[in-house]
Amino acid sequence: MTEPLIFEYSRSGRRAVAQAPLADSEVAIPGRFRRSKAPMLPQVTELQVVRHYTRLSQLNYSIDTHFYPLGSCTMKYNPRACNSLAMLPEFLARHPLAPEEDGQGFLQCLYELQEMLKSITGLHEISLAPMAGAQGEFAGVAMIRAYHDARGDQQRDEILVPDAAHGTNPATATMCGCRAVEIPTLANGDVDFDALERALGPKTAGIMLTNPSTLGVFERRILEISKKVHQAGGLLYYDGANLNAILGKARPGDMGFDCIHLNLHKTFSTPHGGGGPGSGAVGVNERLSPYIPTPLVTRGDQGLRWVTQGDRPQSIGRLSAFMGNAGVLLRAYVYARMLGREGMPRVADFATLNANYLAKRLADAGFTLAFPERRASHEFIVTLKKETRQTGVTAMDFAKALLDHGFHAPTTYFPLLVPECLLIEPTETESKETLDAFVEAMVKIRETALQDADKVKAAPVTTPVRRLDDVRAAKQLDICWRPGTN
Amino acid sequence: MPFNPHTDEDVREMLAVIGVDEIEQLFDEIPQSLRIDGLQSVPPMATEMEITRVMQERARQDGSKLSFIGAGAYEHHIPAAIWQITTRGEFYSAYTPYQAEASQGTLQLIYEYQTMMCELTAMDVSNASMYDGASAVAEAALMAVRANRKSKSRRLLVAGTLNPRYREVIANITKGQGLALEQLPCCMEAGNTIPESLQRYAGEDFAALIIPQPNFFGVLEDVDALTDWAHANNALTIAVVNPVALAVLEAPGNWGEKGADIVCGEGQPLGVPLSSGGPYFGFLASRQVFVRQMPGRIAGRTVDLDGKPGFTLTLQAREQHIRRSRATSNICTNQGLLVTAATIYMSMLGAEGLKRVALTSVARTAQLVEALTAVDGIETVFSGPHFHEAVLRLDRPVQQVLDELAHRGIFGGYDLHRYYPELGHALLVCATETKTESDIKTCADTFRAIMADARVA
Repeated sequence: MTEPLIFEYSRSGRRAVAQAPLADSEVAIPGRFRRSKAPMLPQVTELQVVRHYTRLSQLNYSIDTHFYPLGSCTMKYNPRACNSLAMLPEFLARHPLAPEEDGQGFLQCLYELQEMLKSITGLHEISLAPMAGAQGEFAGVAMIRAYHDARGDQQRDEILVPDAAHGTNPATATMCGCRAVEIPTLANGDVDFDALERALGPKTAGIMLTNPSTLGVFERRILEISKKVHQAGGLLYYDGANLNAILGKARPGDMGFDCIHLNLHKTFSTPHGGGGPGSGAVGVNERLSPYIPTPLVTRGDQGLRWVTQGDRPQSIGRLSAFMGNAGVLLRAYVYARMLGREGMPRVADFATLNANYLAKRLADAGFTLAFPERRASHEFIVTLKKETRQTGVTAMDFAKALLDHGFHAPTTYFPLLVPECLLIEPTETESKETLDAFVEAMVKIRETALQDADKVKAAPVTTPVRRLDDVRAAKQLDICWRPGTN
Repeated sequence: MPFNPHTDEDVREMLAVIGVDEIEQLFDEIPQSLRIDGLQSVPPMATEMEITRVMQERARQDGSKLSFIGAGAYEHHIPAAIWQITTRGEFYSAYTPYQAEASQGTLQLIYEYQTMMCELTAMDVSNASMYDGASAVAEAALMAVRANRKSKSRRLLVAGTLNPRYREVIANITKGQGLALEQLPCCMEAGNTIPESLQRYAGEDFAALIIPQPNFFGVLEDVDALTDWAHANNALTIAVVNPVALAVLEAPGNWGEKGADIVCGEGQPLGVPLSSGGPYFGFLASRQVFVRQMPGRIAGRTVDLDGKPGFTLTLQAREQHIRRSRATSNICTNQGLLVTAATIYMSMLGAEGLKRVALTSVARTAQLVEALTAVDGIETVFSGPHFHEAVLRLDRPVQQVLDELAHRGIFGGYDLHRYYPELGHALLVCATETKTESDIKTCADTFRAIMADARVA
């Protein structure tokens, strides 16, 4: 079940596509600019290309082929209509610098998406420009800094981040020239309020929170937290990674957040694409509106048009050459329309139902929940500390063994503060039968671990390759193929 | 509810297991004051048939016109197989390949992509993608500041001929970390950067020099001299290149005596549709010595427990999920699906096909320039050698001519007035291999009619 590299199919003189032939001499590129040696790209037929990449695709687990309960990633079904409608020929052919008059249909979709996201988040204005969650975070912290700078409050360069936060939060603080200050979490999963109070001060620029948090529980004291942070002169940033849990149920704007990003590739079901593209739309309240990243879409006298830095001189500006991940926004728009006002709260309902059901089933089967006294949001954490102590079989071993049962593994070892953890997010599009089968697989793996731990430690055995030597990958770095190296 | 499998009976059984009476109880940890009662301003649910109609109407409304706009996004023919394979569910709906054993397809594809990008750029290492060309240059600038051991500076020299939107994005993304950009002048005759103009900066400390090839005007830069100047002055060289052009133009790794240090740019020309500006992907490659300063994901080849070759993400200690606030960047999600398309595109075309795309585009643009400058009131602006774009000067404001062209079904190019008012009524035009001689004739005839008309008026 391995596939050679595309380069290994290559034969000198073999070609896939007949482009219009043109002799070099007709083209006026002076010799000193010319390439001295042709790049070694594959020389293969179209069939070879199609077969090779089809075979590679078959080596992947994906939502379309497997249950994919990856915590904090919201791997729900990506409806096919969203893709095919975003790929209508006119949408694909439209140049980003084509006149606005020739893009009113496209702009209408973006405008309506902005409007829908405003009511979903309870915020004043939305920019669809950021290209991924991390860029949305960047936009958020950059806006917070711009706000303080505009008030002559330049010393505010500390961003508070819970220790359970996604790694992009502290990394974003650094990208924006701020210092990340970690806030501990209490045993019940809430942010340590006293520690937070102690950390607040004249240097506080703001706080980045995910709610429900990455621990899969709702931050119950959010209103007190936002009051405290605002009193200290800081602003609140909402990381929208877990918005699926509260869609149509509660709104970050009402919780006191000044800005947020949404992961449209999570909550609004645009594809993860083997790593991207994402889309990290940001929302702001009136306070941060002047700083919102451009471009956004507005309604003018002559129809819809782009809002640019000229209209918003205080904006943190553009973060991409054109309009972020425009085609992803069309997919999100189609999805949002297909859910509609009736469907959106049902997303949260069934995502939460599935998570709580799966958590309860696993707990009943003897697994330890990290926060058993709490309601699960749309995801929850199982800690395998007990199993590891008993058998030596770790969370990673469970994850690998799940692959052999036909399930993608949950998120492992994140959040970092829960030992031997699996962060499990079933999403609303999975059936009860699938969840039941997952519980059965977990029970079976534990049984095997008790009888023959080595067997679990040897998993996976049904995947195209077995466990890979990561140490060797980093030490004997091989990240670019050279002829004669296999 | 369009995508949920739950029957009423499922729900009853599941609630019974949880021990609650209704789903609503599962939200009881959210303070009551924060609960909302529905989303009345969101439109009601649309069926697939209804939304299909809406989208088809909007697409039809936008239409598509004969376009000669380039300026950072280029219309190339995309073979049918590229997106049929790219949108296979196994690529489309997979996550980041953190679980390597379940992601060998994506990982091997990234490894192949990295290899192809190293070949095109003559660099040693490539990452798995950045968001787009502009943000890739911004990350390259930050990387250069970290990587340049000979410089303590956070200042960079930037060619004034770099895409102005890229300059804005670099400034916006690097501002927080205190980077400062010094813009080089552009030669108004040749349309590129004069290496001698750098002499006034000799002896000053700069982390890097950013050089586009071809530049925003489609003109070729004297990259050898510029690269050598940078190295002589302890600055790194960041090359910003068009990947299709690299089928013909010298690879950055061979620029000057020592070659460029970091190479980046917009990957869109490699099989990615224009799509109103995205999703595209940025590429970033560098010399081996800088690999630990590189942002983003990297796939590596290794072996499994049985000694069988396989692929995995590697050097992850650079990344945010391990290093948190000390990571090389905050980037997490990248543009994987577009890399999938680009890898299939490069495989399909090969070096020869890519070269033909490049050369045909150069030839078409030359024909376009010839046809348009034969029109009264249109002249060329720059004398330097061109790739597949060129700047023309009109005898009247560009926008009114473009508006009139659009009425007659043609997008005539990109008005340079906003970013380069000093060039007068300047228009940037581009013709790729997708334009036929008859398209070019139609374009020139329409220009001629409009220019004559307006003169009468």
